[in-house]
Amino acid sequence: MAMSADEIVSLIKESIPDAKVEIQALKDDGDHFSALVISEKFKNINKVQQHQMVYKALQGKMGEQLHALALKTSSDPQTKLT
Amino acid sequence: MSEKNIQDYIKQEISDSEVLLFMKGTPVFPQCGFSSTVVQILTQVGVKYKSIDVLSDNEIRQGIKEFSDWPTIPQLYIKGEFVGGCDIITEMYQSGELNTFLESKGIELQKPSI
Repeated sequence: MAMSADEIVSLIKESIPDAKVEIQALKDDGDHFSALVISEKFKNINKVQQHQMVYKALQGKMGEQLHALALKTSSDPQTKLT
Repeated sequence: MSEKNIQDYIKQEISDSEVLLFMKGTPVFPQCGFSSTVVQILTQVGVKYKSIDVLSDNEIRQGIKEFSDWPTIPQLYIKGEFVGGCDIITEMYQSGELNTFLESKGIELQKPSI
């Protein structure tokens, strides 16, 4: 059972409303993505906590339906995905 | 092992090792690309570390995810602190932050002999 890019983006935005999300499929199996998530909410929390926020937004799908999500997080709107 | 023992075992391993990597497979035979990436980074940085193969015991594989509230493997611990998975360790390595962090914790780095 895989996920679509849109599903991932909408789940993230549901619990991090101000998030700007850039996503790329690394393979076309719906299982391998890379994503950049930018949000003000990431200010003053460390990288582990930022990633945990995104994993929580994905409601337990990370590591289950979603095998690989190369994740980059930032509170700086200028940050680029690659 | 019971649930409680697994968490105690994990806590003990983490406090006993300066640098500890929970991974899939072993440093010589990593069984997943993400684990292999972190192994290569630790080798490049020249830090001695202990590894635990979560594939050898499914209770550890699930237990470590609960322990750190982190859904994936690999997981790197430095001086008892969860530092990150493949993404964060790669980012830290590329920015030089990983070296600085290790040195700030008083951990010796051996430059790889070229």
